[in-house]
Amino acid sequence: MKPLTPVAPGVRVALGVSFFVLFVAVWAAATFGGFVSKTFLADPLTMVKSGHTLLTEMGFGWDIAWTVWRVLGGFLIAAALALPLGVLMGAYKPVEAFFEPFVSFARYLPASAFIPLLILWAGIGEAQKLAVIFIGSFFQLVLMIAVTVGNTRRDLVEAAYTLGVSDRGLIRRVLIPGAAPEIAETLRMVLGWAWTYVIVAELIGASTGIGHMITDSQALLATDQIIFGIIVIGLIGLCSDLLFKWANRRFFPWAQLGK
Amino acid sequence: MNGNNILQVRGVERRFDTTLALQATDLDVAENDFITILGPSGCGKSTLLRIVAGLDRQTAGEVLLDGRRIEGPGADRGMVFQSYTLFPWLTVLDNVCFGLRERGWPRARQLETAHGFLAKVGLKGFANHYPKQLSGGMQQRTALARALANDPRMLLMDEPFGALDHQTRELMQELLLGIWEAQAKTVLFVTHDIDEAVFMGNRVVVMSARPGRIKLDRRVELPHPRSYAVKTTPTFMALKAELTEAVRAEVLAAQAATQAASEAAA
Repeated sequence: MKPLTPVAPGVRVALGVSFFVLFVAVWAAATFGGFVSKTFLADPLTMVKSGHTLLTEMGFGWDIAWTVWRVLGGFLIAAALALPLGVLMGAYKPVEAFFEPFVSFARYLPASAFIPLLILWAGIGEAQKLAVIFIGSFFQLVLMIAVTVGNTRRDLVEAAYTLGVSDRGLIRRVLIPGAAPEIAETLRMVLGWAWTYVIVAELIGASTGIGHMITDSQALLATDQIIFGIIVIGLIGLCSDLLFKWANRRFFPWAQLGK
Repeated sequence: MNGNNILQVRGVERRFDTTLALQATDLDVAENDFITILGPSGCGKSTLLRIVAGLDRQTAGEVLLDGRRIEGPGADRGMVFQSYTLFPWLTVLDNVCFGLRERGWPRARQLETAHGFLAKVGLKGFANHYPKQLSGGMQQRTALARALANDPRMLLMDEPFGALDHQTRELMQELLLGIWEAQAKTVLFVTHDIDEAVFMGNRVVVMSARPGRIKLDRRVELPHPRSYAVKTTPTFMALKAELTEAVRAEVLAAQAATQAASEAAA
């Protein structure tokens, strides 16, 4: 191996898959070999079987749908507000000076710590779940978008001005399109974080969702179901990641060039 | 005041904190002039050009374009930079259309004009390429087409071929000169390459070491159209020799000043 030397695409996939195989193999060896008690860790086969039961008989599909809906809802609200504010902060320095200190402070407030407060304010309904995700993702998004937009190459800005662009045109035709691929990358990352917040929100005071199923299973010592729930979250995360990467390549082909 | 001067630089000075980068400079540019500005690095030649472009503000004096004070950048002064400034998210064609779209031209008219200028700079087959797919020389040709498509009063060029290899640079010089001979644009062209300055310009201005001021202003008495063969004629050689001496004196002066400053600091 030499540092930074790329691998062939086929080898890359094979290596990625083989770690999954290794992971499951170690897990199977630990459980089937009797090294770990069944009470604490279910074996892969039991996990798959109870996953099947969960989906076919216990309506786990609905729980997944609820969770996905909450993540997307909270995240889309956060993104819809963070995008304009982040762009304005990146473009106009006084706006940045006004919001940046507060946003920097607010992004360190742990979203999960707001749950008790949000339950007081919004009850245990959907508004509370959406609010947790919103708090967890909005401030992060705003800051990262503002930095991306603010980092636009100055020579491109100057070139645009010598071509007669107006200030509004500069934002619309230079700052936003130039920052778009990196903003999409930010959205992808923060959506990943939103997934952790939704599960936390569902662990406390929810009657549906993947997180709710996991708390229920804990009471029954059903580690097979807990693990299945966790794996489902992982798989959904993987899918959304792949979808984002595909969309980036599709919408921003220029950003892939020369990489 | 001369009636045919389209650009007048009057006592323009630029101070950065305590350093005087450019000291009270006057320059008159006539319609269709191709003025090359020569000087050692750090002499303020780019600063002067950026002030004319409206990208930098003078601390004293004024710049008039067609008698009107320059207050900021505008489409009437097209610029080609040394760095590659094509918008990476736009194709070559859309880069050239950028200024036209800003004016609200209908798309069909934008495309017609853009294709015309792409043909002029020899990039007909590359309209749908992205900038990153082009060589440096091709990117600068696109940047030139983009500036020309906007039909500016003046073309400002800040060492536009500085990052290119020698062969590409010579081809670019001929290309630009050919366009200038055909279109008669007014050009201000900053360079530190003496051959380039003499070959391209009908006037060469030499700037002194910091603080920059105009030290020498020579007409280039070489007939147009010029080809690369002109570089070996006696007129060319004589002017080149004179300018080489003038620039060399400034480079030495700049070195001496740096040395004196570092000795004073030590």
